[in-house]
Amino acid sequence: MHAIEFKNVSFRYEEEQPYVLRNVSFQVEAGEWLAIIGHNGSGKSTIAKLMNGLLFPTEGEIIINGIPLNEENIWEIRRQVGMVFQNPDNQFVGTTVRDDVAFGLENRGVPRAEMMDRITSSLEQVRMQDYLLHEPYRLSGGQKQRVAIAGVLAISPSVIILDEATAMLDPLGRKEILDTVHRVQAAQQLGLITITHDLNEVMQAHRVLVMNDGEIWTTTVPRELVKRQTELQQIGLDVPFVTQLAHALVRQGINLAEQPIDHEELLDALWTLHSNK
Amino acid sequence: MNNLLIVGQYVPTNSIVHRMDPRIKMLIIFFYVIFIFFANNVVSYALFTVFAVGGTLLTKVPWRFIAKGLTPVWFLIVFTFILHLFVTKEGTVLVNVFGLPIYSGALEQGAVISLRFFLLILLTSLLTLTTTPIEITDGVESLLGPLRRFKFPVHELALMMSISLRFIPTLLQETEKISNAQASRGVDFRTGPFRERVRAVIPLLVPLFVSAFKRAEELAMAMEARGYRGGEGRTKLRELQVMKRDVAALIIFIIVVAAALITRDYS
Repeated sequence: MHAIEFKNVSFRYEEEQPYVLRNVSFQVEAGEWLAIIGHNGSGKSTIAKLMNGLLFPTEGEIIINGIPLNEENIWEIRRQVGMVFQNPDNQFVGTTVRDDVAFGLENRGVPRAEMMDRITSSLEQVRMQDYLLHEPYRLSGGQKQRVAIAGVLAISPSVIILDEATAMLDPLGRKEILDTVHRVQAAQQLGLITITHDLNEVMQAHRVLVMNDGEIWTTTVPRELVKRQTELQQIGLDVPFVTQLAHALVRQGINLAEQPIDHEELLDALWTLHSNK
Repeated sequence: MNNLLIVGQYVPTNSIVHRMDPRIKMLIIFFYVIFIFFANNVVSYALFTVFAVGGTLLTKVPWRFIAKGLTPVWFLIVFTFILHLFVTKEGTVLVNVFGLPIYSGALEQGAVISLRFFLLILLTSLLTLTTTPIEITDGVESLLGPLRRFKFPVHELALMMSISLRFIPTLLQETEKISNAQASRGVDFRTGPFRERVRAVIPLLVPLFVSAFKRAEELAMAMEARGYRGGEGRTKLRELQVMKRDVAALIIFIIVVAAALITRDYS
């Protein structure tokens, strides 16, 4: 059983309109981190909305933990699939951090006594427990997104989707969020799906799914992906600086043992360059 | 700017009045407003005055905050007094002011009406001084609860109120941003004739509305993704509870009203 399975899914908003997604099939396992990347309009956000029933596929089938997605069991699926959106302000419902985390629990009729425990423990997981009674306007964008993640964790889902959840944050906030979800995902063996247009953000993922014009362009691991610099640029993705530098070094005749995926690996490759010979 | 508007008049002193159940506060104020009109002699007015002033003292809110809340109505209180002074023609003539006779009954009537007005404003302002907007929302939701039987959307109303409260600072920040952006493009909000200043608000309002609608749409989607499907089967984190202090306050209030009703003149 897969955490999430897409079987030949196609989607268009209305008949006669072009398909936004064409024949998309993939699986996500429990405890796996899948990054979905693509340029604007490649269909990546549509995939996110299909995964928790905000949209329904025009053709094909979506199965979540063995449950097929349809109108009847949509609420069960939304309990299993938590979603964090792009704009930190437009998903903050409560007047305080505590009330916002409670929102999802209230919706599901969780008894009050249990609510307090779940709020505290999920806020601890994202390290926001000191902000229990803060109003949203007193929080930074990164902190608001961490609260949004806590709100999702509180309902103990099996899969978390971050739909461009870091796009509106500064670099520090971005790191904050990615570190948080990575830690939580590893600790709880959750399925994690991050959707982004920034190649820098897929490097820690286990697998990458590249979308282009509504179709799956490729599914691979980050290390393999960065080897295809020119192709990536052709489909409108910015190649990370480390990759660009590595490619430039190769052009200068400096062959690195392995394609580095982050600064650290590049540094290691450089300082051990001569000792390897 | 933000602090002022969100908190409204709320002054956090954590007094016993602050910790009271908002429903009880609202009920007491509601019936106070009704029963004060039954007062018609010194004793009954004294009872209501003691209750309002006593309540105010218990809040521990500094007088200047209370005075600030009363500022806009001072004028009305004084105006009512003066109006009664010249219009009412009962009792004996006390003195002539610029040829207009002032009657003793007028002085009495004016003082009584102004006092009543003052007490009403004082007690109602205590609600906003000691209760956060979200507590008021919870209180309203709970008090309107019985209307649910008549399909009145009580939960939806309360949720709308609390979401509005949550978005006030967000939209204020946005207004400021748009106003700066438009000002930098040469829109002048502050000078010129009235009509032009009104027209200058349009480039402020249009983007604000567009973004507010966009926010609403995204918020609705986020709420749905988080499992929101209306008030049914929902539990609440913030629960109102009637405590001993609430019962005590209610009993004191009932005694005051009963005493006032007994001591008032029935002739």
